[in-house]
Amino acid sequence: MVTIFGVPVQALLGQLLVGLINGSFYAMLSLGLAIIFGMLRIINFAHGALYMLGAFVGYLMLAHLGISYWLALILSPLAVGLFGVIVERVALSRLYRVDPLYGLLFTFGLALVVEGGFRYYFGVSGQPYPTPKALTGGMNLGFMFLPVYRGWVVVASIVVCTATWFLIERTKLGAYLRASTENPVLVQAFGVNVPVLLTFTYGLGCALAALAGIMAAPVYQVSPLMGSNIIIVVFAVVVVGGMGSILGAILTGYALGLIEGLTKVFYPEASNIVIFVVMAIVLLVRPAGLFGRDA
Amino acid sequence: MRGSEKALVALGVLALVAAPFVFYPVFVMSMLCFALFACAFNLLLGYTGLLSFGHAAFFGGAAYFTAHSVKEWGLPPELGLIVGMIGAALLGLVMGLLAIRRQGIYFAMVTLALSQMFFFFCLQAPFTHGEDGIQGVPRGHFLGVVDLYQPLNMYYFVLAVFLIGVFAIWRIVHSPFGMILRSIRENEPRAISLGYGVGRYKLAAFVMSAALAGLAGGLKSLVFQFATLTDVTWQMSGEVILMTLLGGIGTMVGPIVGAGLVIALQNSLATSQFPVTVVTGAIFMICVLVFRRGIVGEVIALASRRRKDR
Amino acid sequence: MPETLLEVRGLNAWYGESHVLHGVDMTVRPGETVTLLGRNGVGKTTTLRAIMGIVRKRTGTLRFDGQDLLKLPLHRTAHAGLGFVPEERGIFSTLDVMENLMLPPVVAPGGMSIEEIFTLFPNLKERRSSPGTKLSGGEQQMLAIARMLRTGVKMLLLDEPTEGLAPVIIDRIGDALLSLRERGMTILLVEQNFRFASRIADRFYVMEHGAITTGFPVGELEARMPELQELLGV
Repeated sequence: MVTIFGVPVQALLGQLLVGLINGSFYAMLSLGLAIIFGMLRIINFAHGALYMLGAFVGYLMLAHLGISYWLALILSPLAVGLFGVIVERVALSRLYRVDPLYGLLFTFGLALVVEGGFRYYFGVSGQPYPTPKALTGGMNLGFMFLPVYRGWVVVASIVVCTATWFLIERTKLGAYLRASTENPVLVQAFGVNVPVLLTFTYGLGCALAALAGIMAAPVYQVSPLMGSNIIIVVFAVVVVGGMGSILGAILTGYALGLIEGLTKVFYPEASNIVIFVVMAIVLLVRPAGLFGRDA
Repeated sequence: MRGSEKALVALGVLALVAAPFVFYPVFVMSMLCFALFACAFNLLLGYTGLLSFGHAAFFGGAAYFTAHSVKEWGLPPELGLIVGMIGAALLGLVMGLLAIRRQGIYFAMVTLALSQMFFFFCLQAPFTHGEDGIQGVPRGHFLGVVDLYQPLNMYYFVLAVFLIGVFAIWRIVHSPFGMILRSIRENEPRAISLGYGVGRYKLAAFVMSAALAGLAGGLKSLVFQFATLTDVTWQMSGEVILMTLLGGIGTMVGPIVGAGLVIALQNSLATSQFPVTVVTGAIFMICVLVFRRGIVGEVIALASRRRKDR
Repeated sequence: MPETLLEVRGLNAWYGESHVLHGVDMTVRPGETVTLLGRNGVGKTTTLRAIMGIVRKRTGTLRFDGQDLLKLPLHRTAHAGLGFVPEERGIFSTLDVMENLMLPPVVAPGGMSIEEIFTLFPNLKERRSSPGTKLSGGEQQMLAIARMLRTGVKMLLLDEPTEGLAPVIIDRIGDALLSLRERGMTILLVEQNFRFASRIADRFYVMEHGAITTGFPVGELEARMPELQELLGV
């Protein structure tokens, strides 16, 4: 048996895979948060609840309407995105002019309502969500056993993150978004309907959270608490990566997932808090975050 | 303070003195603890302009420190409270040093993450007994003489600590130090340009707020005779924000009113099936959208408008 | 074509509670270049911003190409045919020069092509992959003007285009604006630099305390110089 630092390679790679999976979700969620923050200057505390909502919509669609995972991958983000659009139009857009802390508090309240409501109806235990047939089973890679669905999660998350990055950094729409974060008044003066862009951005962020949620359903089970368990870790990821940076959020998400996985192997008691420790160190050394632009 | 305000305060104190004869004492004591917590929190948010999303660490942390010192070390209650306060202040110093490095929204996020770290520490540390918490915390004898197991004695002890705490906050707010804090809240760049070491003032306010929140937490552990994980969760941090927002940020009485309302609300919903967090969340959203000044804030605004019209 | 392209009558405007414009009257005819003169703080920039709709609290009459501008939300004003080049230039740092150039959407046919724009401003072509804010002040000003030219707007509102620029660059900008005038562009310009303005303007308005006090054609500029210099404190 091959060991590294006294740990069998199998175990190490196994934990690294788990870390990579967690990192995939951290990346997707912090990407959505970074986009919403970049454009709207609002910390979307409801992001965890929307992730949970995405998973639940998928679960309910399967349980009651027989809608498959593959359809849910599209419908769930659409539904939650639409919900986000409504929230933005009705409430969030009124908060842009006041202290950004109110945006944080509003979305906090929203998170409480959504999570509280689901906890009331579904209790706190998790509902299982079956792995889609096409992605069941596993592959023996020689040095480790890779469950197909886990591999799918990593690949799909990389695709989603890359596609979103491309949208923001390389398309005309993305140029409008980036310019609007700098000078929304001037962009409007050019004839671009910035309020609609803002609504779209919030909807996009919500849809990304929901997509992460439905992808997480077969891995972590569907529970009303899944959002609040993950949201604070995602906040720490975004603080470490730098709040304005899309790429920073993505890379930091994967990196911190891997670090968490490594910690589980060598020092399990600290695995819960290692991300916060990293955050504390980054705050001391580089307060703007690793990729951040503003201080 | 104006004459009418002094009269209102006197009336309020009298009401609190009479309260245990009308209401269930533990209920009112609980309100007083949270009211003190909210006032301490408001020192940071309403007067210095810093939103901490991690104040539960000080509240719940001090509850643990006080409970442990009273139960395991046999300290009398007043010393137990001081141990709680010192612990909270130290925790506040460490968290503050890290958090002050960022402004505004970032500051809030950092305090949230740091307090979550403390939560996980409390979850695993032996002295907190994890999910069980510290049970059977003795109330002891105040100054070795007053038996705090008597409900009325305990009530007036809590009331006295509450009044001392609120008075301390009032003095801080109305001192030159407090004026500088408020100038930082109004216009930080200007305060910096006037030569004030803004970072140090913010840190001092943070530590004071933490210590006083710790006083409230320690008090609570004596009242209920246990200390649990619930008090160090981020949901608790959110609750104190709600109390302050609902009552009125930046007013002295607001947090007290807010705390009273939220505790009363939680109590009335406890027996029903209806989920409390949904109501809490809804109130949050409504307050933020249309009611940002809070109850006391609106009352003050109304009163000053009527005074102008006369 | 209508007799006047831009008609401003009795325009009052407020920044919050502050009443900044007190009944501005001016007209701009198609193809004209009109310059707005005045001391600092009289409301020249506010006038441009009120026409554009950036300043929202307005009363009076504001008509452009037959349309009532007061009824339009900010993001529709450009579609009416107005292009805005702000005093601070507003070049986006997160976009490179090419992206900055392509950013404002085309609102009407008849705008210049990219090749034509690069002919007018050759140094922008050289620097087209640089981040927007790495350009010099003069280049940023050219970019700010250039990006409006693709959009097909009929009228440009320019706020102090020569501020802080070297004389050589100022001349180049003057050449570009003259070139635009030849193509039929209408220009309303806020300027402190008389020499520059006299090169390109047809008419002048003088503003004091949030209202227009005089107007005269460029021919009279020489004669009026002494009184202007006193009025404007230069």
